[in-house]
Amino acid sequence: MTVVDAESRFHVLAVDDSLIDRKLIEKLLKNSSYQVTTVDSGSKALEVLGLRDEVEDPSSPSSSSPDHQEIGVNLIITDYCMPGMTGYDLLKRVKGSSSLKDIPVVIMSSENVPARINRCLEDGAEEFFLKPVNLADMKKLESHLLKRKQQLPMAAAPEPPPQQPEKPPHKPEEAAASTDATQTDGIISDCSCSSSSSKRKASAMEQEGLSSPERTKPRLSSSGLAVET
Amino acid sequence: MEYSNLRRQIVFMKKNLFDQGYLDEQFNQLEDLEDESSPNFLEEVVALFFKDSSRLLTNIEQATDKYPQDFYKLDSLVQQLKGSGSSIGALRMKNECSVFKANCNDRNLEGCRRSLQKIKREHATLKQKLESYFQLLRQVGPRDYAVSSRK
Repeated sequence: MTVVDAESRFHVLAVDDSLIDRKLIEKLLKNSSYQVTTVDSGSKALEVLGLRDEVEDPSSPSSSSPDHQEIGVNLIITDYCMPGMTGYDLLKRVKGSSSLKDIPVVIMSSENVPARINRCLEDGAEEFFLKPVNLADMKKLESHLLKRKQQLPMAAAPEPPPQQPEKPPHKPEEAAASTDATQTDGIISDCSCSSSSSKRKASAMEQEGLSSPERTKPRLSSSGLAVET
Repeated sequence: MEYSNLRRQIVFMKKNLFDQGYLDEQFNQLEDLEDESSPNFLEEVVALFFKDSSRLLTNIEQATDKYPQDFYKLDSLVQQLKGSGSSIGALRMKNECSVFKANCNDRNLEGCRRSLQKIKREHATLKQKLESYFQLLRQVGPRDYAVSSRK
């Protein structure tokens, strides 16, 4: 992947309540030459995106713009399990917003729950990454970003279209067939994290950029749902 | 001479940590992210982990001792610990957390108490081993990023 200058770099908004995971995703994204902003909650993510945490404000300038030049977020990558607003809730808010619905959303989770994965993909998530996320996963973001970039009138980067085929909406049969060894069927609800008390204090919002070599490794993606042990 | 001895020790120590199951591939992934702009990324993330996990363990202990136990909350806390342990490649801790979660699921208080003690031991052991590892690394100085230092 080649990047010319700061203005043409893709800007990724990373959302995760875990400080360690935020640090990790930030480094992964920077090493993949993305501009990164990290926040520790869904509501802070909405602030960055120009949406308030309640109903979308029609009078707000950013909410009526078709492209997002003033906000400049090209992709959202969010943890699923977060207190308050989950990654799924954030996904729904983004996809339900006329100004933001075209921003690709990627969900990450440390728990392999096929029903959860399916629901996210069906409701508009581009990809679902199992944690811990790595550089190979970052490579997958590229195709979603380039796809969007080609739709915008001021597409700067003359990158060729991605080689991967168009992702199908979902694969319920594959997900149902794969057994999940870690599935919590007992007393624990779908997202037990939503009952946890808020522990992160100030949000970590940073913007920078870098480049570095990358490596690949076979990885779970939406096109091949399988249990990874 | 001294330098190559140190490097050998580092390789040996790291190999042991992997062979004995303390660490998994994720640890290497973190190390591979290091570059000129963040040459100590791995150590920073590990330090962050131990700070964060100590806090979590305190909360887990409190939640385990509290009566009546809130197994949802306990599971949620253990899940957080499992998640961050997994993110730095702390394999044994991750596995112990899975056992702990299973005990929460079964509402097995005794099992939870046993798991907690095991996790605390694993936590302390890993901390000590990694501190030794980073101490050695500091002695050999900054990495040469032009060549791969994977062993």
